[in-house]
Amino acid sequence: MLAMNYRGPYRVRADHKPDPVIEHPGDAIVRVTRSCICGSDLHLYHGMVPDTRVGHTFGHEFIGEVVDIGPDVKSLKVGDRVLVPFNLFCGNCFYCKHELYGNCHNTNAQATAVGGIYGYSHTAGGYDGGQAEYVRVPMADVGPMVIPDDIHDDDAVLLTDALPTGYQAAEMGDIKEGDTVVVFGAGPVGIFAAKSAWLMGAGRVIVVDEVEYRLEFVKRYAQCEVVNFREVNDMGEHIKKMTDWMGADVCIDAVGGDAAGSIAQTLTGRLMKMQAGASTVLHWAINSARKGGNVSIVGVYGPTFNAVPIGNALNKGLTLRMNQASVKRHLPRLIEHIRAGRINPKEIITHRIPLEEVSDAYHIFSSKLDECIKTVLIPPSAREVKAVKASAQNAQN
Amino acid sequence: MKTSHEVDPHSHQHHHKGHTHQFQQDYPDEQQRPTREQLAHINGWGADLDRKDRPGVPMERTPPRFIPEPVGKLPQQPQHVEVLVSTERPGITPIFGTAQPPSGLSGMIRRAAFRWAENDLRHWLLLLAADRVNVVEGVADDLAHGKVPNVLAEMGIKSEWQYNKAGLVKKVAIAGAVVGTVAYLMRRKER
Repeated sequence: MLAMNYRGPYRVRADHKPDPVIEHPGDAIVRVTRSCICGSDLHLYHGMVPDTRVGHTFGHEFIGEVVDIGPDVKSLKVGDRVLVPFNLFCGNCFYCKHELYGNCHNTNAQATAVGGIYGYSHTAGGYDGGQAEYVRVPMADVGPMVIPDDIHDDDAVLLTDALPTGYQAAEMGDIKEGDTVVVFGAGPVGIFAAKSAWLMGAGRVIVVDEVEYRLEFVKRYAQCEVVNFREVNDMGEHIKKMTDWMGADVCIDAVGGDAAGSIAQTLTGRLMKMQAGASTVLHWAINSARKGGNVSIVGVYGPTFNAVPIGNALNKGLTLRMNQASVKRHLPRLIEHIRAGRINPKEIITHRIPLEEVSDAYHIFSSKLDECIKTVLIPPSAREVKAVKASAQNAQN
Repeated sequence: MKTSHEVDPHSHQHHHKGHTHQFQQDYPDEQQRPTREQLAHINGWGADLDRKDRPGVPMERTPPRFIPEPVGKLPQQPQHVEVLVSTERPGITPIFGTAQPPSGLSGMIRRAAFRWAENDLRHWLLLLAADRVNVVEGVADDLAHGKVPNVLAEMGIKSEWQYNKAGLVKKVAIAGAVVGTVAYLMRRKER
């Protein structure tokens, strides 16, 4: 099969690899029809996540068709169209029994802090991901969801991570009616966090980024205010000025360790790898929140340490909440929002690129070329099947 | 584009336009909030205002929804390749990934890293070092299979040329200048 192949920082290509096989009685094999490049894939692409091995296939946002199932799989059958949450989870451990599907204890042998994640290094379990034609999906009765007929593939693929993560970011902010919510990052997760903040009754939503076309997009898509941090003197001071000198009720970090905006943080966190990524946004979030406010973190940082003003968080009495999204529990409600027209996820997709051109797809997304917001990779087998179905349809007509 | 530092940040609720006040007491002691009527134009506003409609509230909920009820212990996945296991676990997990088992010099470094707990910085620093060694091994492996890696293509030079010609020319010019300067200095030193 064709699959994305990591060769080193900033170097990926499409290569042929052996097809995945059933390795556990609860496994399924899924033929991928769409997979996205996620902002957090860029942390891998930039060489920031420890134990990212050469030859690894990234991709934790994918949908597809079930082509094989293990003997224990009861709820899926060959031919089902499924969306696969980015977390691998067992449904059996203490955490899964408490709906913390993003914190499963049984799917990642190599670390305890993080659960298993498809295509996200060996620190997240060493599973090849969905930027490929086929992928092994463990615990197939538990993780995947059969996609309802009325949900478009492009919406479904965004339900595997970006939309639930953005929604959970807002949810963890514990937004109350009329709250001022500042979202740092106008990437896909930040865009969905802004949209979700309104669903939860925010009074004001402000999105901060440096990329003009993304700010323009989110301003229209999420009906929010925007701030370009390159154009303000100091982020904390600016948010105070915008909020009657109080600070925001809720600040959301939807960027993580790849943040720009501070020379010291960029140097120590991104270039010299002396921190687990640049914690610029976390610094801004803590210093921009009002006393007693909430900071919600979904931006990804590495496992070592980061320089953050924790003393300010203490003195201000902030509540810091963070987690990987437990995708599965958000799906029914988010599908209701899509059906009701409150959210149109697929509108953020700007690029559909053949898997064969994965090197350029990563570069376009990473360097924000061609006004890229969200990239979807289409494997060759998915295009062939689509062409065959279209020709069969034409023959019938 | 006008961003919120240039314009009245929220015209329906704010009255300050960047003018300076001398005293803190000139400002309200709490933020002004918009009314529901002022927010009526926002698509979907307040649909999940009630916490009962937020699926992740409370964060921990049992019994879990949306997954089948667990029946006994999970079957153990058979192990056919080397998998490194965190020292913070009693043993291998029932389900695990089998992609890219450790190999070569990078594999030796990774095995060494797994002698220390995730809590220990040495664990992570060794893994990062192994990753860099692994990149060199990857190039050697390509060459051993008769493949010369097209590094520029892997880095997406085609799209850089298509969408950022000026930037690419600038990068090439800077790289050329650096290489030229180094070569000149080295030749000068030889003389």
